[in-house]
Amino acid sequence: MITVLAIESSALVAGIAVVNEEKVTAEYNVNLKLTHSQTLLPMLDEVVKMTGTDLSQIDAIAVSGGPGSFTGLRIGSATAKGLGLALKKPIVAVPTTQGLAMNIFGFDGLICPIMDARRDQVYTGIYRNTREGFSVVSDQEATGIREIVGNLNSLGEKVIFLGDGVPVFKSVIEECAKVPFSFAPENLMVQRAGSLGLRGIQLFKEGKAVNAADHAPDYLRPSQAERVRNEASKHDD
Amino acid sequence: MSDDKDVKILAIESSCDETAAAVVKNGREVLSNVIYSQIDLHTLYGGVVPEIASRKHIEKINIVIEKALSDAGMELRECDAVAVTYGPGLVGALLVGVAEAKAMAYAAGLPLVGVHHIEGHVSANFLEHPDLKPPFLCLIVSGGHTHLVIVKDYGKYEILGKTHDDAAGEAYDKVARAIGLGYPGGPKIDKVAKEGNPKAIDFPRAKVDEFPYDFSFSGLKSAVLNYLNQAEMKNEPIVQADVAASFQAAVVDVLVDRTIRAAKEYGFKTVALAGGVASNSALRAGMKAACEKRKIELIYPSPIFCTDNAAMIGAAAYYEYMNGVRSGLSLNAVPNLKLGER
Repeated sequence: MITVLAIESSALVAGIAVVNEEKVTAEYNVNLKLTHSQTLLPMLDEVVKMTGTDLSQIDAIAVSGGPGSFTGLRIGSATAKGLGLALKKPIVAVPTTQGLAMNIFGFDGLICPIMDARRDQVYTGIYRNTREGFSVVSDQEATGIREIVGNLNSLGEKVIFLGDGVPVFKSVIEECAKVPFSFAPENLMVQRAGSLGLRGIQLFKEGKAVNAADHAPDYLRPSQAERVRNEASKHDD
Repeated sequence: MSDDKDVKILAIESSCDETAAAVVKNGREVLSNVIYSQIDLHTLYGGVVPEIASRKHIEKINIVIEKALSDAGMELRECDAVAVTYGPGLVGALLVGVAEAKAMAYAAGLPLVGVHHIEGHVSANFLEHPDLKPPFLCLIVSGGHTHLVIVKDYGKYEILGKTHDDAAGEAYDKVARAIGLGYPGGPKIDKVAKEGNPKAIDFPRAKVDEFPYDFSFSGLKSAVLNYLNQAEMKNEPIVQADVAASFQAAVVDVLVDRTIRAAKEYGFKTVALAGGVASNSALRAGMKAACEKRKIELIYPSPIFCTDNAAMIGAAAYYEYMNGVRSGLSLNAVPNLKLGER
């Protein structure tokens, strides 16, 4: 039976979970403005002690692989990589919006996580998650809220939104959406380590685990300096 | 712990643009020293870009650590502790090393020791000078730091002097950019200056009132920029090598003056250099001449231990470890960590 340790730190939520194919053994999420660097390891320690988990017996470490806060992603990734190095375990990078979409199940329509990406953008993707399994309708990307709502309008199905972008962009969605829509309740609204772990197990079974040394976050965006430089070289052409 | 047991520390350093790991025995013997330098990447931008540095650290860190362990012929569990730089430095860059080190130490059941980056630079001197013991006087000069300190004991410092504005290395970078040498300024100016006349231009040697051991380099930097502007307005060509040599001479004069003044005042017979600029040939030559005249022993690390590296962190960590210093799982990066603070 596959067991993963899940680490979530892509945005405000710090989360740790121990998840196997039959159950979520423990899940610890904190949705507060605290420094992940100071909370994540003590939370892990608490979960390990309380559950008596032997970390040498897990199959992989699932970590939110991006997008998200650049620094938050790196704290999670470095934690996962350090554990992976010491325990000789692989890492499964779970695309952050897929982990979010796993909060919703059995919904007869599309799941659209939206994360506030600043600069008037969202990190988003479009998914389904039913008895038939989890499927990607549209891969995660950084885009405008109006663009993603436009895509959903043309898909023509009802949709449920979740993520920390909801409070920010609720009024835009209400204004632009032409399909039936709803918003996730608070308990399913933001990142949960248990959902991340479940998606991690699915991806692990699909052979998506990598050596801990090879893992790096997928930011979906270049750094500001690279962006400015790319713009400048475009103008030079 | 018995006296005869060797202490082997795995050390990690990621405070700026070098991803580094090392294994050091008893704070003195380097079993491995691996540095992945990002300098080529940052040269494109004329200086270190924090976000790019952080991204590179996370890509390289496990590779660097695994190489440090295998070069030392060791497994992680054979180490006695994990040490990591937790400040000062770029916060995003520091956080990669800190999170990695905490997770490794936790999973391997090893003690964790957070290390001050500048203490690391000072301790680099222990790696190649087995007889060196505190107390001694140490001048620390790098891209971000200019400190004159008394190393009173292992891990105990008294700061005599510091810069009031730019660090020496910062002034090098700014002047190098102004005279068209680009980044990194230190080695580039040092090289070009060899062809120039250090007395060609009389740049100011700034003193700081009431602080006999402090430094100020912003006036010198402005003097160089003014000189360049005036030459341009008068349509006079500048001799790059002369500007570089004259600027460097002014920096070195000030660094040597403060250091020798302190050595005399406090009666130190040993002076150590530390930090990236300790590799500078003019500083080494100038300090050597001044020390020889006064029968002061001058020591400095090899260039590979002057640049940011993890062996120096392992050296500093050893003495902290022996003093019982342990960091907890909530250790955070402290970008403006002061010397002598924890």
